[in-house]
Amino acid sequence: MNIHEYQAKEIFRAAGIPIPPGEVATTPEEAERIARKFGGTVVVKAQVHAGGRGKAGGVKLAKTPEEARKVAEQILALTIKGLPVKKVLVTPAAEIATEAYAGVIVDRASKRAVFMVSPAGGIDIEEVAAKTPDKILRHSVDPRYGLQAYEAMQLGFFLYSDVKQARAAAKIMQQLYSAFVASGGSLAEINPLVTTPDGEVVALDAKMVIDDNELDRLTALAALRDESAEDPSEVDARKANLTFIKLEGNVGCVVNGAGLAMATMDLVKYYGGEPANFLDIGGSSNPEKVVAALRIITADPSVKAILFNIFGGITRTDDVANGIVTAIKANPLKVPLVIRLTGTNEEIAVKILQENGLSAMTDMDEAVKKAVSLATGKVAA
Amino acid sequence: MSIFIDGNTKLIVQGITGRDGSFHARQMIEYGTHVVAGVTPGKGGQKFDGSVPIFNTVEQAAKSTGANTAVIYVPPMFAADAMMEAADAGIPFIVCITEGVPVLDMTKVYPFVKEKGARLLGPNCPGLISPGKSKVGIIPGRICTPGPIGLVSRSGTLTYEVVFQMTRAAMGQTTCVGIGGDPINGTNFIDCLTAFEADPDTEAVVMIGEIGGTDEQEAAAFVKEKMSKPVVGFIAGQTAPPGRRMGHAGAIISGSAGTASEKMEAFEAAGIGVAKRPIDVVQLLKAR
Repeated sequence: MNIHEYQAKEIFRAAGIPIPPGEVATTPEEAERIARKFGGTVVVKAQVHAGGRGKAGGVKLAKTPEEARKVAEQILALTIKGLPVKKVLVTPAAEIATEAYAGVIVDRASKRAVFMVSPAGGIDIEEVAAKTPDKILRHSVDPRYGLQAYEAMQLGFFLYSDVKQARAAAKIMQQLYSAFVASGGSLAEINPLVTTPDGEVVALDAKMVIDDNELDRLTALAALRDESAEDPSEVDARKANLTFIKLEGNVGCVVNGAGLAMATMDLVKYYGGEPANFLDIGGSSNPEKVVAALRIITADPSVKAILFNIFGGITRTDDVANGIVTAIKANPLKVPLVIRLTGTNEEIAVKILQENGLSAMTDMDEAVKKAVSLATGKVAA
Repeated sequence: MSIFIDGNTKLIVQGITGRDGSFHARQMIEYGTHVVAGVTPGKGGQKFDGSVPIFNTVEQAAKSTGANTAVIYVPPMFAADAMMEAADAGIPFIVCITEGVPVLDMTKVYPFVKEKGARLLGPNCPGLISPGKSKVGIIPGRICTPGPIGLVSRSGTLTYEVVFQMTRAAMGQTTCVGIGGDPINGTNFIDCLTAFEADPDTEAVVMIGEIGGTDEQEAAAFVKEKMSKPVVGFIAGQTAPPGRRMGHAGAIISGSAGTASEKMEAFEAAGIGVAKRPIDVVQLLKAR
């Protein structure tokens, strides 16, 4: 789960990390009021789940409250990487002497939380990794002991030669690790971690991604989810316990299992079509899930044909057939439907479909070809 | 022969009285797996379906039955504890089916299980099956048939698809292993390839990967350096957009790493036959 910068800053602040004050505005007037309260120059920052906010014009300086209102108005009108900006963070502008990077992620290779720090901060860390890899220090943390003081100091001294600044940074690393673990993070990042002209070490930005699997036990964090910042169809899918990702094509896909769903999308492309989505109805499917899946897919006007690809294992294909029939009876389809199903209770499923004027195929390639030709109006290669 | 499980597998089912645990315990028994015990705290002393003894702890179950394998069907928040309990009880092979285990839990479970000398398969995996001998997990038995091909995969239903097409083409399997789609899992491709290479009955291996991470690339390097048996492969997610998690927690293309094309190139460079479609796996096996 992605959270906003202002939410990540609240978590980091609670862990003790020094972060300048800031408040969230949803209107230009509010932004003006906050800017007046802080006085002096402020930064107005788009709160949206997308990287590259600065390049997209989503981060601007304002010297006066009136200017804060003006730039907030501009930013609140932006759509960054397909996501509309609905909130801005207004924070006093800091004077910056140096910019560094500090982050912690779960690393699949070492199977541990790994710190990455770099004195070359303020820019995309992947760019630093590609161009000047020697400017990044990686350090994996033994989960039994956590980040020890001496380890934190190694990270601190990699960033700063001044011992006071190194100590300050070390303390921030330990605080960042605590926040990361306590919040069930899969990523926590400060970019930039700055020094001010009078030598203070301060976090100017904050980013955090929370492992979705943690949300059942971290209920307070689950409440941080901002559905207005997500694609509405993806929100709908999550509520129905489906995994859905919208894509640009016109063949709607309903599949059980993530691997088979990806393989089905690939096969659509192989036969000359473009998948409209990734949709996994999961293992133990019930008819309601299928109804929700069809509702979500048919809401997309670019979908010209719908393909079901179900390999019944735990998933009972008769459940899927019942779901299809229920959904179509309630809302007749305006686009053609191709159903491929095989596996558990296949005979029952085929009978249910036939009784309702539908037919099913058993071969995956044949079904995909048919769906592609129906969507494109051409015979699939 | 086969890898990891065979006719001598004696299985404990952790969470045997739960919805998924009870259903699949019956399926495994029906297939012929020796399910020697179940574990559900508070139900020790009872019997599952009138025949399988239930214990309160894995330790008691292991001591009383001499089990050598455990399979876990407990809810995600309890799965880490269940894996550690099985390892601590001295079970040498542990299969965790549970989906949705927090990854930070796995950073603790992984070294714990290693220290106890156990092998963990999963979490978030379909388990494995040695056709005609034993199945542990949820892979449907009827789509498999005994034969000389080993199969290892990160996916569930995609595995079924490929196995089904192999079975239809009369290409049986020694063992089919699903290693799971999570970022941190107990057994990886190389572990399975090593076992298949050492298994005298396995003549060729099918490897099914997906986007995210670099496990397939490392496996490809291993195949090139260490394997004498032919390997064919398939990678799911050629159309997946970067930065979006495709269902599996591990299936995400981050930065420039983990794309399908990168993995397919690594396969080709290692002499692994690359299937463009799942069905092509069968053709490539025939051509080997």
